Amino acid sequence: MAYTEDDLKKELETKEYEYGFYTDIESDTFPVGLNEDIVRAISKKKNEPEWMTEWRLEAFRVWKEMEEPDWANVNYPKPDFQNISYYSAPNKKPKYDSLDEVDPELLDTFKKLGISLDEQKKLAGVAVDVVMDSVSVTTTFKKTLAEKGIIFCSISEAIQEHPELVKKYLGTVVPKTDNFYAALNSAVFSDGSFCYIPKGVRCPMELSTYFRINQAGTGQFERTLVVADKESYVSYLEGCTAPTRDENQLHAAVVELIALDDAEIKYSTVQNWFPGTKEGKGGVFNFVTKRGLCEDNAKISWTQVETGSAVTWKYPSCVLKGNNSIGEFYSIAVTNNYQQADTGTKMIHLGKNTRSTIISKGISAGKSQNSYRGLVQINKRAENARNFSQCDSLLMGNKCGAHTFPYIEVKNQSAQVEHEATTSKIGEDQIFYCNQRGIDTERAIALIVNGFSKEVLNKLPMEFAVEAQKLLEISLEGSVG
Amino acid sequence: MDLKEKLISSYFAFEEQVDTDSEIHDIRSEAIKNFETVGFPSRKDEEWKYTSLKSLLKEDYSLFPKKEDTLDYKDVKQYLANDIDSYNIVFIDGIYSSYLSQTTHDKFDACLMSSALSKPKYKAIIDNYFNKIAPKGSGLNNLNTAFSKEGAFINIPKNIAADKPIQIINLSTGNESALMLQPRNLVIVGENSQVQIIERHQSLNDNPVFTNSVTEIFAEKRAIVDYYKIQNDRKTASLIDNTFVEQHQESLCSVHTFSFGGKLVRNNLEFYQKGERIDSTMKGVTIIEGKQHVDHNTLVHHIEPNCESHQDYKGIFDEKSTGVFNGKVYVEKEAQKTNAFQSNNNILLTDQATCNSKPQLEIFADDVACSHGCTIGQLDKDALFYLKSRGIPAKEAKALLMYAFANDVLESVKIPELKKRVNKMIAEKLSVNLGFDL
Repeated sequence: MAYTEDDLKKELETKEYEYGFYTDIESDTFPVGLNEDIVRAISKKKNEPEWMTEWRLEAFRVWKEMEEPDWANVNYPKPDFQNISYYSAPNKKPKYDSLDEVDPELLDTFKKLGISLDEQKKLAGVAVDVVMDSVSVTTTFKKTLAEKGIIFCSISEAIQEHPELVKKYLGTVVPKTDNFYAALNSAVFSDGSFCYIPKGVRCPMELSTYFRINQAGTGQFERTLVVADKESYVSYLEGCTAPTRDENQLHAAVVELIALDDAEIKYSTVQNWFPGTKEGKGGVFNFVTKRGLCEDNAKISWTQVETGSAVTWKYPSCVLKGNNSIGEFYSIAVTNNYQQADTGTKMIHLGKNTRSTIISKGISAGKSQNSYRGLVQINKRAENARNFSQCDSLLMGNKCGAHTFPYIEVKNQSAQVEHEATTSKIGEDQIFYCNQRGIDTERAIALIVNGFSKEVLNKLPMEFAVEAQKLLEISLEGSVG
Repeated sequence: MDLKEKLISSYFAFEEQVDTDSEIHDIRSEAIKNFETVGFPSRKDEEWKYTSLKSLLKEDYSLFPKKEDTLDYKDVKQYLANDIDSYNIVFIDGIYSSYLSQTTHDKFDACLMSSALSKPKYKAIIDNYFNKIAPKGSGLNNLNTAFSKEGAFINIPKNIAADKPIQIINLSTGNESALMLQPRNLVIVGENSQVQIIERHQSLNDNPVFTNSVTEIFAEKRAIVDYYKIQNDRKTASLIDNTFVEQHQESLCSVHTFSFGGKLVRNNLEFYQKGERIDSTMKGVTIIEGKQHVDHNTLVHHIEPNCESHQDYKGIFDEKSTGVFNGKVYVEKEAQKTNAFQSNNNILLTDQATCNSKPQLEIFADDVACSHGCTIGQLDKDALFYLKSRGIPAKEAKALLMYAFANDVLESVKIPELKKRVNKMIAEKLSVNLGFDL
């Protein structure tokens, strides 16, 4: 019998989440609930200076007054913030000098995740910072980077060792009171990555962070801060997985990028949190605030492949403050079964001759809902600003939905803004064309989906592109190859 | 006392003028209750994010103008498209002017809402159609429904093509220092029937007028309806136009909106496709300057398979004007093979002008071809240079390009005289003589 789209759909529904294992590592978990004492305890645990504790408390006080946003096109049971443990760390103190000292169970975990640390160390030349249950457990390649003057470490380490940098930049792009989840993160963030590229340095390798939620009933709140000083360049990768669980887990991260004059930051994400079972049970709530600030002639490029999470609520944005700065956003969001994604970007043009490009591809299958929500804002003083946006959606089956909500606000006559969106399904004629040439339907769908996503996949660093394709495979089963 | 309270308390005065025993009165009473809970929209409502009614609501409007019927034909002649042989339904300050109007009951009805609401022979029609598609959740609709009394009533039975277009003209004299009008129109076009309608609001002096109009249009099987809205009022008049169209199998319906005037104009235009092989067209040209504000808020609800919708809105914004486009295409999961196109192009002429555009797609069916495009930019410098190098002055060259930009929308206007008139309005608006007969 011929392989039809229905078969594919069936396969998609039954496909298991490959990374759904749980590693039995003893961990130090805080009691559930959130109050000022917990915030203080987290801060104390991290041995933080006084100003940091105050900073957190201030965020917490603001957060208490805030209401959860509900404007996104997603439906989910509101998380009970008093029923989450805000701190969980692998118990054995993660201070390793070399990989040999790492807990073998941990290493096993990473092997299962497909990130063999030492292999990558040698072959790929990617420096990895691994964050497990909110705490950074290992950072590779530190020495090589240090020679160039690059600081790449966990953010708690940075607070200890480079307080002047953290103090200067933390919260400048995403203020601690920015929104509900950013405020929550500011109050309770347990760890994350910090990266500083000195003036004129081109980071010789890809920097990478791997996030994993392991413990049950915990939330992950990590904070990433990347500062690229004048004329520097860095490419940063981020990946995430979580074990299969029935209850929903909360992930509320904040990522801040700062590109000073003439600097360039490339930030790529492959997000593969547990998406929930095919009945729509469990899965990760992914509520993330990501924002970058561009000074003169700087460039920030966001690339994301979103395949996981039960609910995604994420808008990596660029504030184009400097003249001639450039913002880019490339995204593929795949939703299947009962997943819901409301994702997009904001491009805020403030400086002259600023340019931005948005390419967003949404693929929805099963009973999922996939929304693009984006803002392009050209302010009064942004002379000659230019924006191009393109949002394409692909629908598989008639139980899913694809939505586009672009907001375009222009206040300057010299601006040029273009927006384009299409929604369609895989054409029968396209499949027929492939069949005719001896390509079976499964391969044909793979080919078409691949072609559909190619524009974005091409933007990923090579090592990651391979991984991203693998992830698309999980989400859309053997149809992508 | 704010406007909302004033409206609610004057409802009792309104009740005295109308028959309170009819079923219509129950609808009105329910509507005023709904309005009391919902109130006027504010910028907190997502649909009103870019348009604030604040400046309109602070005015002390009189709601029941005194009857004044002294307008001379020659004073208002220019506002009636008199070169078109048409039926005319003319209201002065919301009150029907038999002197200026030409209605008919011959083969079809082109007459008054007040008579349709009160005469028993129309009862069945009113029961079937009145207030059936205007959304109940909107404060402005409810407000209009509560005070619905007068407007145009057009009822075209099966298999009749209206022999000439119908014009609905709302004039306001400005005898009151500030006036609020709430016309209510109902258009029913039967199977295989056809009609063309032109609607216009015009105030005769600079006293503020706030019009909150609701029009319900029903196009039965294979009906063809063309509706043209001319919004070229004085800059002290504001208009909220709520138009709802329900279409049935194989009907064609188009709404053209020409927005050149007014202080604040908001068009809520909604199409509901309740049958297969329906075609809906909505087009608009907006050319504004000063502090004018024009907001187009459209919705096409694709409910059944094999339908099409086309949206094409163009805007040119000068000085401190603001343009808003908020278009939504909603495709239900049963509505397979839908083709929906939406395009919104804008030109900003100054740095003080603002354009906000929000073209949205919400799609639940997989076998569809839906697209939208939106651009904001300025005139092509090369094209301007080309024209100037051939001896056309900068101002005319600009006007020519802008005219060409807006022309796409004009091409589908089916009444030649109307097309000419709108062309003239555009030339006036751009304050040039284009040198050829448009």
